[in-house]
Amino acid sequence: MTATTYIGVPTSRVDGSAKVTGVARYAAEYNMRGMAHGVVVSSPIARGYIRRIDTRDALAVDGVIDVLTCENRPNLAGSDEKYRDEVAPPGSPFRPLYDDKIRYSGQPVALVVAEELEIARYAATLLRIDYEREQPLTDFEQARAQAYVPPKKRDGIAPPAEDLGGAKRALAQAAVRMEAEYRTPIEHHNPMEPYATTAIWEGDGQITVFDKTQGVQNSQQYAANVFGLSPDKVHVMAPYVGGAFGLGLRPQYQLVLAVMAALALKRSVRVVLTRQQMFTFSYRPATIQHLALGAQADGHLVSFAHDAVAMTSRFEDYQENVVNWSRQLYACPNSALTYKLAKLDLYTPCDMRAPGGVVGAYAIECAMDELAHAAKLDPLELRLINYSDKDQSEDKPYTSKELRACYRAGAEKFGWAKRSREPRSMREGSELVGWGMATGIWEALQVKASAKAVLGRNGDLEVSSAFCDIGTGTYTFMTQIAAEMLGVPLYSVAARLADSSLPDAPVEGGSWTTASLGSAVQEACMGLRGQLLRMAQRVDRSPLAGARLDDVAFVDGNIRRKDDASRAVSLVDAMRAGDVERIEQSATFEPEDDGKHARFTHSAIFAEVKIDEELGVIRVTRVVNAVAAGRIINPKTARSQIMGAVVWGIGMALHEETLVDHKLGRLMNHSLAEYHVPVNADIHDIDVIFVEEKDDIINPLGVKGVGEIGIVGTAAAIANAIFHATGRRVRDLPITIDKLMR
Amino acid sequence: MNNFEYSRAADVAEAVRQIAADPGAKFIAGGTNLIDLMKENVARPTRLIDISRLPLSRVEDTKDGGLRIGALVPNSDLAYHPQVEARYPLLASALLAGASAQLRNMASTGGNLLQRTRCYYFYDTATPCNKREPGSGCAAVDGVNRMHAILGTSPHCIATHPSDMCVALAALDARVLVTGPGGERAIAFEDFHRLPGDTPHLDTSLAADEIITAVELPPKGFARNYTYLKIRDRLSYAFALVSVAAALDLKDGRIQEARIALGGVAHKPWRDREAEARLKDEPATREAFTRAADAILRNARGFSHNAFKIELARRTILRALSQAAQASPQSQSDKRIAGKTPQENTSETGRPR
Repeated sequence: MTATTYIGVPTSRVDGSAKVTGVARYAAEYNMRGMAHGVVVSSPIARGYIRRIDTRDALAVDGVIDVLTCENRPNLAGSDEKYRDEVAPPGSPFRPLYDDKIRYSGQPVALVVAEELEIARYAATLLRIDYEREQPLTDFEQARAQAYVPPKKRDGIAPPAEDLGGAKRALAQAAVRMEAEYRTPIEHHNPMEPYATTAIWEGDGQITVFDKTQGVQNSQQYAANVFGLSPDKVHVMAPYVGGAFGLGLRPQYQLVLAVMAALALKRSVRVVLTRQQMFTFSYRPATIQHLALGAQADGHLVSFAHDAVAMTSRFEDYQENVVNWSRQLYACPNSALTYKLAKLDLYTPCDMRAPGGVVGAYAIECAMDELAHAAKLDPLELRLINYSDKDQSEDKPYTSKELRACYRAGAEKFGWAKRSREPRSMREGSELVGWGMATGIWEALQVKASAKAVLGRNGDLEVSSAFCDIGTGTYTFMTQIAAEMLGVPLYSVAARLADSSLPDAPVEGGSWTTASLGSAVQEACMGLRGQLLRMAQRVDRSPLAGARLDDVAFVDGNIRRKDDASRAVSLVDAMRAGDVERIEQSATFEPEDDGKHARFTHSAIFAEVKIDEELGVIRVTRVVNAVAAGRIINPKTARSQIMGAVVWGIGMALHEETLVDHKLGRLMNHSLAEYHVPVNADIHDIDVIFVEEKDDIINPLGVKGVGEIGIVGTAAAIANAIFHATGRRVRDLPITIDKLMR
Repeated sequence: MNNFEYSRAADVAEAVRQIAADPGAKFIAGGTNLIDLMKENVARPTRLIDISRLPLSRVEDTKDGGLRIGALVPNSDLAYHPQVEARYPLLASALLAGASAQLRNMASTGGNLLQRTRCYYFYDTATPCNKREPGSGCAAVDGVNRMHAILGTSPHCIATHPSDMCVALAALDARVLVTGPGGERAIAFEDFHRLPGDTPHLDTSLAADEIITAVELPPKGFARNYTYLKIRDRLSYAFALVSVAAALDLKDGRIQEARIALGGVAHKPWRDREAEARLKDEPATREAFTRAADAILRNARGFSHNAFKIELARRTILRALSQAAQASPQSQSDKRIAGKTPQENTSETGRPR
């Protein structure tokens, strides 16, 4: 494809008007006649046992239907395997209401089901639960001493790469060195839409579920396993998802509780978690990362050591790739990487936008900044000196890597050349000015995924898949690709998603959806093209007689010869000639790995901060993020992805932190008033640049994915800018006023 | 949330009768705080008495040249009221530093006075809190207390009062007019909010059967040399780490009268009249401001996570006094912190720029 009509053209979301007019319905917005409401009661203690649950007062409230607890719950699966979903880490997954053991503060201990939400909420306050308390351990600094290498690796997560050369020796001999420890806190995803499930009792044991999830088939299989049902008895849909960022990857307890109540009561039940409950689980784990870098006097890296400790629950070994990125990004002959876990009395962490990458890159890119400072080099220059044309962890070249172009375009747009190297050397009135930069890297993942394309006689095209659209623009890019492939207008294409009965797809995550689903849609549409051409050739004295697919273009509702546009058959005429009501084609995309290439997206981020010197008030006045992510199908939604991720990166740098009371083992700032994310006042100019990156290897579309790359490196660029402004290196996120004053 | 009765009061007298008749009742106006507390099961009123239609929404001049603000005047209306903007810009500025536009549209003047602390523990019924459940203990003293008080604390409670508006009202020597079964009385602003002591469940000196009808401002508005400087963890929509309402009456660079009220540091807006008095007849210099700040903070005490507030408060007081002296008040829309603390040994004239 060279000249395109829809692919690569900024396109408004096809589901935009449904969303802003309220037509789009989310999991908690399906109302059924006779639907009951379940309210979850959460444990106030972090560790111990339930001694007694007295439900009498709650049950006595008019309108209360039932109270489900570990004492009276229906039968649930009894083996870990049944609770293990598509993306579960190794371990023993949490089982809602399974037993009397309390594993974390906020654990669901009861579901109060009532005719109305208000009744359930009131009755939930009347439960009297007697607990046997044990002292929880939630202090990461304390647990760190017992950190261990996870014995079993999580599927899809590369463990630290083997040592390269001798990092320790090389560091000792290095002309320039830096060594420091960085900390990142627990963070929560905070999507607008909380976890919610509406389970509709259809009779005959059939359940229809509207779930807040990133994977309808994952939820379907999980619910079927947990309740011992055949998957065809559980129909899961999530046509609209109000933000997820990873927290919808694993099925969560509201799904179990809603389906449990629906099965037990034989009626439809809705369970929606409160914002406070959202803060009790599904979080980005805190990390402590030790970096030691050595370089020659000219800046060439000679040693790179990165040791990370991350938190996990007592029952699962959640793992991320925190430490491999330096090996994949920079040339360095000696490298040592370790990754350990520390167990706490908290729920299992959860993937959160660029899991592992965002915390790893924060530490790596701050360390590179410290090294640049030590070597008296411009931070950008240091990156260029150590630029690698191959992924050293596997000794492979990249399918494409236009990171140099990112550095160039970003630096130019930002005006980086005008930066003065010394910290505290730029000022504006009472404010110190700082300029910092960082590199971003994320895997260009692809997964097996299926799609189906159906063309009706009147020219209406439907493309579908079980994938979800978590707000990223999946409906829109499917529509664009299908319209492009068959040469029909966008409005003739209907995209269907997030229904477990649609063609197979895994969870929507990992920034892999556009590459994977886009390729499947393209392939399905290619199949339709073949069918259409054959039918078009059956037209009387067909102007396309003898033409092969390569000879024709699908444009403006016609199939026409590329060498003679006047020789054409309309799609409608072709369908008529074929005498069919509809034609359809299914396709499954399976990523081809030739084993010879590494696949990554890259970015260069430049940030400006202005800081009141005396009061430590930080303003991030400019961010330029230049991204190389292959072909951009929809520059409009792609830009939104990067913008949103940069905003989040600002939050990570300056605001976000979930605070833990270690005596109580409880996450305390559980509201959006007290857990700070950036507000409009915190956001100034954000420039997004997509550099040209042609990739003929990765997939036929040349697409990589942009859902996560925008947040990787952003916090480091800001932290580095703060150092440049103040000369103070705060190595503990978020960088708040108190830390800057210390 | 519990079940509750709902009633509407036709006039102030009836509102008082209704609340006197039911010790579990609460007034509701904008509801921006009370509804949250009810949803969290922290507030469990037996009855909500809706006072939102009482005729208490006027802003009018008083006989002595001050301003009387009805208890139901929304925060947003008050912030943009021409009389407030012209004569009491410190109050307008503090109002705009608080909450969000949406909340200010709903929040009432009286309700703002009565908002509860945002201490995490107070809001979480799974934790001990003497303010919520007297005698249960204070988890914040040894817990997550970065946002907590450094002045006037007690072993029973280290919560802060969250209001911005009240900090300005404290600086302006406002009076709170209340009506109870026995009639109307006026409470000096400093006496309205309490320190926690051993009764932290009591935020104010308002009796259970009283209603706030108005807030009165005295004639002196410090419209020239004032500022409201709020330092917080993000640039809007966050409670103050430290805020300072500063107002100066200057003559030829000398301070005739100084008012300094602090927010985010105590169970009530913090005034220190002794420290203010020491500024009288002093030149508006950094040395004088430093002495005042040190005096205000002489008894400040930090806890495990909030000791930084002492130094932050000192610097914020200095900057606020400097802004006030230079007649360059902090803008609440431009988030750049205005001005600069005058350097040591340089005196400033204090004339408006």
